Amino acid sequence: MLLIRCPYCEEERPELEFRNAGEAHIARSTNMAGESDDDFEKFFFIRSNPKGVIYERWRHMHGCARFFNAVRDTVTDKFFMTYKAGEPKPAKLPGVAK
Amino acid sequence: MAKAATKTNASAMSSSAERRSALAGRSVSATGVRLEVMPPAERISLRAPEASVAALSKALGVTLPTKPKTSATKAGRTALWLGPDEWLVIDEAGKDPLADCAKVTALHSAVGISHRNVAFCVTGPAAAAAINGGCPQDLSLEVFPVGAASRTILGKSEIVLLRSAADAFRVECWRSFSDYVFTLLSEAASDAAA
Repeated sequence: MLLIRCPYCEEERPELEFRNAGEAHIARSTNMAGESDDDFEKFFFIRSNPKGVIYERWRHMHGCARFFNAVRDTVTDKFFMTYKAGEPKPAKLPGVAK
Repeated sequence: MAKAATKTNASAMSSSAERRSALAGRSVSATGVRLEVMPPAERISLRAPEASVAALSKALGVTLPTKPKTSATKAGRTALWLGPDEWLVIDEAGKDPLADCAKVTALHSAVGISHRNVAFCVTGPAAAAAINGGCPQDLSLEVFPVGAASRTILGKSEIVLLRSAADAFRVECWRSFSDYVFTLLSEAASDAAA
């Protein structure tokens, strides 16, 4: 079982308490009605789906119930780090070369 | 004749309005574990920002814990930290925490959920092993000490778990899940004993 660190509970918890909530850092337009169809499609449907490091939203569904962000490797499923919702994308990841 | 019939109906109606607790009085004993259904209690779900915590603590008579996975108990009333702005308050002394919160003018949301939950008491040296039959959290004393409380999962059902003593846990679940939780815990208790 994966252990995921919840930044609100400040400890690692079993994955059964969590739920994935899609890609993180997708900014919603402040003028949705003015969006072109192409831009809306990009915002609404198109995801990066990388092989490797991905920034995701997760929710500690059966715990503190808070949303937070996590950095995960889609190949190894290793979680590099988690951080609170609203915090900027971390510039440096612990344990990642580069 | 008609009058008598009305009378019978009225008495039938009053008896059907009687409160019946889910699984009341049931218990299971296995080697090293005892599982009991706890008596009804007053409960509220409390949401409040940091600025209101002091006023609410004063009104409730118990200091709302602000550290994750902790609880505080005073005079039969327990406040369990569920999230950064969320608590479960359980009163076993028959007092109404909802009325206490109603006097507070600071911003908060208190919802009475006394009848929504059913509580079980799991006691004995194998209590942690029995709960671990369906709950993936580390329940060793170092990680989940006495007084620790957490919302978590037991099999397919969400529960709130409180360690009231080294070998005693309170398991709170939603009433409609209580049959499932009780059955799962009974099976886990006999497994833990084996």
